[in-house]
Amino acid sequence: MLAKWTKRLEDVQEYEKTPVPASKWKSWGSFLGMYAGEHTAGTEFVIGPLFVAHGVGALELILGLFFGNLLAVLSWAFLTAPIATRERITLYYKLEQICGSHLTTVYNLVNALMFCFLAGSMIAVSATAVGIPFNLPMAELSDWLPNSVSWIVIVLIVGAVTTVVAMLGYDQVSRFANLAAPWLPLVFIAAAIAVLPELGVHSVGEFWSVAKTKIWTGVPLAGQSQFTMWHVLFFSWFCNMAMHIGMADLSVLRYAKSWTAGFASAGGMYVGHYFAWLASGILYAVFLQISNNSLEFAPGPIAYYAAGLAGAVCVIIAGWTTANPTIYRAGLAVQAVLPKSRTWKVTLIVGAVTTLAACFPALVMRLLDFVALYGLLLMPMGAIIFIDYWVFPKIGLQSNLAAFRNIRWNWAAGLTWFLTLGTCLAINQFLGIEIFFLGLPGWFVAVLLYIVLNFLIQRNRPAVA
Amino acid sequence: MKNVFGLIALVGLALTLVPSILVFTGSMTNAMHKWLMTLGMLLWFGGAMGYRRPERNVGG
Repeated sequence: MLAKWTKRLEDVQEYEKTPVPASKWKSWGSFLGMYAGEHTAGTEFVIGPLFVAHGVGALELILGLFFGNLLAVLSWAFLTAPIATRERITLYYKLEQICGSHLTTVYNLVNALMFCFLAGSMIAVSATAVGIPFNLPMAELSDWLPNSVSWIVIVLIVGAVTTVVAMLGYDQVSRFANLAAPWLPLVFIAAAIAVLPELGVHSVGEFWSVAKTKIWTGVPLAGQSQFTMWHVLFFSWFCNMAMHIGMADLSVLRYAKSWTAGFASAGGMYVGHYFAWLASGILYAVFLQISNNSLEFAPGPIAYYAAGLAGAVCVIIAGWTTANPTIYRAGLAVQAVLPKSRTWKVTLIVGAVTTLAACFPALVMRLLDFVALYGLLLMPMGAIIFIDYWVFPKIGLQSNLAAFRNIRWNWAAGLTWFLTLGTCLAINQFLGIEIFFLGLPGWFVAVLLYIVLNFLIQRNRPAVA
Repeated sequence: MKNVFGLIALVGLALTLVPSILVFTGSMTNAMHKWLMTLGMLLWFGGAMGYRRPERNVGG
């Protein structure tokens, strides 16, 4: 049995340094399932309630989510997928060609750490459901540290199972996500429908008035800032900024037969980031009503209250389907730093770090800040790849400069990254623009910097004949 | 056999969603709804795994 598992692990081949062969390409349906599974996830149990807490109005939410998710789908389809299906190499190998191995190492370590924290938060969400039969004391919105030994034990078990699945490679992740994908959103929707009578909705016609007065009231909870339609629109567009504009999904979409597979992300956006957010917002409104605005924040018990055992299992699997591909991506990031190591060994180490991070409830309680920060941190490299691939050949600048000149640190790329983040920080500090909105001006700053810096760097040593 | 597994999976999905609508209309209790959702979950995963197994073998 052990020998069989070892051979299976050794056989995992993810084409880190070579283009994915045509025999391994997958149809758009495979990505539809993966995106739907990945984005109907544990995060949805946290983000949906946040909109309620921040006092988004019902109409603002409907419109903001529609247009924000549309922009996210278009970003995957027109920014990420065309490059992914032309190059068919991982994000990390592409960065190595542009930025050089040393700068890519810095990027990969930042990226892997961010992925570990994101996956860790999802393991923690799953653990809130696993802990129900054990009367696990749940964390409150203000908690940062683990509050019991039983919490740590449950997180370790959930993390170990998640890591083993991720170790078995993309096919296993995709298969599991596909299996759970049709069922997960139905549980979200069913749970929300079943609790509507508790909010006073007894017919379809009563829903809108209750939605405006008891769920998305337009009035934030005490201590929370006021969100508008623009917050919702930009948050839903940029919450996966690292994946589309930041190009992290080059590593996933390189398996697609056609660039149009980028549109399959709509499965994740309009099922997970639309209906699941609405549904989890309804569940949270019921929780606030029965708990007299308790500060306790535990997705597992909320889902269990609304849908019984199926609800608790839904939270576990929803967390799992996010954590799995995220650990897989983090493994790829670290493997780019340690290219001679086996994929499964790297994933095992990444899974261990992720599980350790999951022990801290702060990852869940500050999820919004973290998601916004992580997208912003990685976004400039996506802008660099986009310009390097599409624009440089047209304006006489050398693409893939590090590979062409055999350099390990491309200063144009490095300075673009750091100066863009510095500019975003300055916009935040001096103009008071919230972090959710910084991605858009930041992308244009990165584009401008990268072009100007390359003109300066390549001027004295023309690379193109 | 594959069709039987497919049918079981579909019944599982129906048992996941339909009872909640009956709760909403006042035709079913919450307790029954939760039991049926659990049954639906078991049928979905059992049926879907059986339905997909032959496809995986053919695809290699």
